[in-house]
Amino acid sequence: MCQSKQIEVNDPRFLELDKFLKKLQGEKGIAMMALQKAQQLFGYLPLEVHKHISARTGISVAELYGVSSFYSQFLLEAEGKHRISVCMGTACYVKGAQNVLDKLCELLEIKVGEVSADGLFSITAARCIGCCGLAPVIMIDEEVYANIVDLNELEQILDNYRLKDAAVGAASLASPGGKAEAEDPA
Amino acid sequence: MITKTGTSWANIANLRKCTLAELEQPEHFRVTVGMATCGISAGADLTFEALRQEIERNDLSDISLEITGCIGLCSFEPIVEIYEKGKEKVSYVKVDPVKAITIVRQHLLHGEPVEEFTLRGFLRQQREQKQRDAEAHSYLSHKLEPVTTTELDSRSRELVIEEESPESELAGLPEHFTDLPFYKKQKRQVLRNCGYINPERIDEAIALGAYAALERALTGMSAKAVIECITDSGLRGRGGAGFPTGIKWSFAAREKAEEKYFICNADEGDPGAFMDRSVLEGDPHAVLEAIIIGGYAIGASKGFIYVRAEYPTAVKRLNIAIEQAHELGLLGDHIMASDFSFDIELRLGAGAFVCGEETALIASIEGGRGMPRNKPPFPAAHGLYGQPTIINNVETLANVPGIILNGSQWFRRIGTERSPGTKVFALGGKVEHTGLLEVPMGITLREVIFDIGGGCPDNKKFKAVQTGGPSGGCITEENLDLQVDFDTLKAAGSMMGSGGLIVMDEDNCMVDIARFYTEFTVDESCGQCVPCREGTKRMLEILERITGGHAQMEDLDLLEELGEHLQLSSLCALGQTAANPVLSTLRQFRDEYETHIRDKQCPSHVCKNLLGYIITDKCKGCTKCARICPVHAISGKPREIHEIDLDICTRCGLCIENCAFNAIERR
Repeated sequence: MCQSKQIEVNDPRFLELDKFLKKLQGEKGIAMMALQKAQQLFGYLPLEVHKHISARTGISVAELYGVSSFYSQFLLEAEGKHRISVCMGTACYVKGAQNVLDKLCELLEIKVGEVSADGLFSITAARCIGCCGLAPVIMIDEEVYANIVDLNELEQILDNYRLKDAAVGAASLASPGGKAEAEDPA
Repeated sequence: MITKTGTSWANIANLRKCTLAELEQPEHFRVTVGMATCGISAGADLTFEALRQEIERNDLSDISLEITGCIGLCSFEPIVEIYEKGKEKVSYVKVDPVKAITIVRQHLLHGEPVEEFTLRGFLRQQREQKQRDAEAHSYLSHKLEPVTTTELDSRSRELVIEEESPESELAGLPEHFTDLPFYKKQKRQVLRNCGYINPERIDEAIALGAYAALERALTGMSAKAVIECITDSGLRGRGGAGFPTGIKWSFAAREKAEEKYFICNADEGDPGAFMDRSVLEGDPHAVLEAIIIGGYAIGASKGFIYVRAEYPTAVKRLNIAIEQAHELGLLGDHIMASDFSFDIELRLGAGAFVCGEETALIASIEGGRGMPRNKPPFPAAHGLYGQPTIINNVETLANVPGIILNGSQWFRRIGTERSPGTKVFALGGKVEHTGLLEVPMGITLREVIFDIGGGCPDNKKFKAVQTGGPSGGCITEENLDLQVDFDTLKAAGSMMGSGGLIVMDEDNCMVDIARFYTEFTVDESCGQCVPCREGTKRMLEILERITGGHAQMEDLDLLEELGEHLQLSSLCALGQTAANPVLSTLRQFRDEYETHIRDKQCPSHVCKNLLGYIITDKCKGCTKCARICPVHAISGKPREIHEIDLDICTRCGLCIENCAFNAIERR
C-alpha cells in the first residue's frame, strides 16, 4: 500500500468515520460499508485508514485489505485532483510522447502513477486515445491537448490549472458569507 | 404530497383514487421529462432546469413538472411529454434548454404545441433530409471528378430551395412513440410505468396499481397460495438461467430456520445491458413490492437489494422509494397492521462482475471478497449467514405484482408454453434503433432486430447477434427465425442471458469480438479457481496470437479443448460460460479464424496487425496523405502514385479519411 501522503492521526475525518462506524455497531458484514464510507471521506484507502477501521471494528487489517484490493472501485493510492493521461500509442510515441512524459514528470517531480506534492496532479501513461492525427496528445481530466511539439507549453498548461484552483480557493476564503448564502436559496 | 395518514389499506385506496384522477385529468398541464441515466447524459437535467425556471418565471405554478424514467428510445433523448385535460399527449424529442424555453412560452403559456420540436416534426425533417441527400447523390454521381465538401454543401442547398414540403405529408408520420415501428411489436408489461410516472413519488406508483398485489397477498392469500400462484404462472428467472421462480421460492419456504433472507440481485454487469437499471430508475416500487411479497411467501423478515455502485441514480431513487414505503407503513413492523414485519436494506457493490453470481453476491453482502463457492448447497437452503436465502433478478421481481394481482393464467396469456411472459432487451451495436424494448417471449430474433430495431444501418449486411454478453454466444442469419425463449436459444448454442443484444454487421470481426469478451472475463475472473484464472488467460493469449498474425492452425484445436475444460471444471457460472463466445464463434465462423491464421488476413478489416494499407492507381499524387501521416509512413513525388511503408504505418486510418480520391484501401 502506498502512503504517498500521510494522513494525520487527528484528522477530523476520522471522527466522521467513527460516527458512521458507531451506527453500524452490532450489524453483520460491515467491512465493505466501512471501506465505502472511508473512501468517500478520504478519497482513497491508505494503510492508516485500514488500521483505524480495524481498531474500531475488530476486523483484521489483512481481511480489510483483502476486500479493498478485490473490488475495482476501491483506490489504494491517492489520485491527484487532475489526472494527466499521456497517450503512449504508437503514433504519439514516434512523435515524442516519451519526451512529453519525461518532461511532465520532471516538472511535477513525480513518477508515473504518483501524485504531485501539492496534490493537484497525477500522471498515467494511457493506451491510444484515438487522436493519432493530433499526436502527441495528452489529456487532463476530460480535456485534450494536442500537438505538444514545444515542451515549454506544458509548464503553461499546468500553470493554468494551478491558477484556476488557486482562484477557486481564494474566492471561498475571501467571502466567508458565501457558504451561508449558498445554503439559503432565498 | 405524501401525508402520514396512518397505516391502513383504505388510506392507500384513497391515495390511489386521488392521484389517479390527478394523473388522468390534470387540472392544467402535466409535463414529464425522461430522466433515467441515459436521458441525463443526453442533457435532460439541463432541459428540466430550463423548464423549471421558465415555468417559474412565467408564474405557471399550477403546472406539474415531473421527472420520469426511461421511455426506451435512446436516440430521441432528451424527451419531454405534455399531457393536457381532454387533449392528446404531445411528445417533444431532442429537447435542449433553448427548445424547452420555447415550449414553455408557446405551448404552456398559449396552448399552441411547437410542431417542429415534436416527434412528428422531427421525423418529417429527417425524411426531408434523406430525400435531399438522395437527390444530391444522384445529381452528383453524374459528375466523375471528385467534389469538395463545400461544393457539395452549396449544391444540396440549391436542392433545398427547390423542394417543397406539402403539409399533407404529415399525415403518414407517427405522432406518438407508440405509433413507431419500434413499439409496434412490443408488449410493455414490466416497463408499463417507466416513462409515465415520477419514480420519486410513491403516490403516482400507487395510482397505477402499486402495492395492490401486496394488499391481496397480505389480506387474502396464504404464503403457500402466493408460491402456488407464481409456480403456476410459469415465471422463470430473467437473470439468464431461467430457473422457475415459484419452485425456487418453495425450496426456501419449506426450510425451517430462525431467519430467512430475500435478496434482489441488481448487480447488472454485462457490458451493453441496462434493463435492470431502467426498471429501478423508472419504477422502483414494482421491485420493492415484489420483494415484500417474496419475503412474505418464504417467511423472511429481511430483504436486501444489492445494486451496482455505478448506478447512482438507481440508488438514489431506491432510497427515496424505501423511505416513502416506510412512511405509508408498507415496510417495517407489522406491515399495514398485519402480523407480517419486513424491512429492506440497500447494499452497494464496488465494481466486481462476478458478484452477479449468487454465492459471490452473498459473500459480498457479508462484507467480504465477492468470491463464489461450490453449489450445492444452494442458497435456498444455505445462503446469507448460512440461512435460507432467495435471490431474484430485478426483472423477474418486476413481473411478480402483476401475476399476484391478475392471476397465473393472465401471465400465461402471452409468451410460450414453457417460457411465458415478456422479456426486456437492451438492443445495441450495429442496429438502426438502439434502445430498451420489451417483447413477448416466442417472438423471433428477426422481428426484434429488423422490425423493431430497423436492421443494420447504412445497408450493411447482418452478420450475427450476440446474446447473453460474455456468457453467451452468437446467433447467425440462419437461426434468426428461431423463437426467443430460454430453451430454444440454448439449443442454438447461445443463451437467453440477462437481455443484452449486440448486433454485428459485416464490418465486425468475430475473432476480435471473441477476444473482446475474453479480455473482459480475464479482467473479471475472481482468481479463485485455476481453470477460470489460468484458462481464460491462456485463451486470450491464443486469441491475441490469432489477431496478431502469429498463430498456427493447431491453436484452434487447443482453443476448443481449453474451452471445453473451462466449461467442465470451473467453479462458478462465470468460468463455466467464459468460453461460450469463443466456442460459438469458432463453431459458426471457423473460416474467419482460419483466414486470420492461414492468410494472415482479417476479412472484416478490423484486426490492425493484419491490415495492409494500399494506395491504388486512383491516387493523383496530391501529397495530402504524406503530409497528414503522423508517422511519415507515406512517401511519393507530387502527381505520382504514393506508397505506404507498412513497417512504419500504425494503421490509424487518418490517410483514408482524408484522401479526396478514395485512393487508399484497407486490404
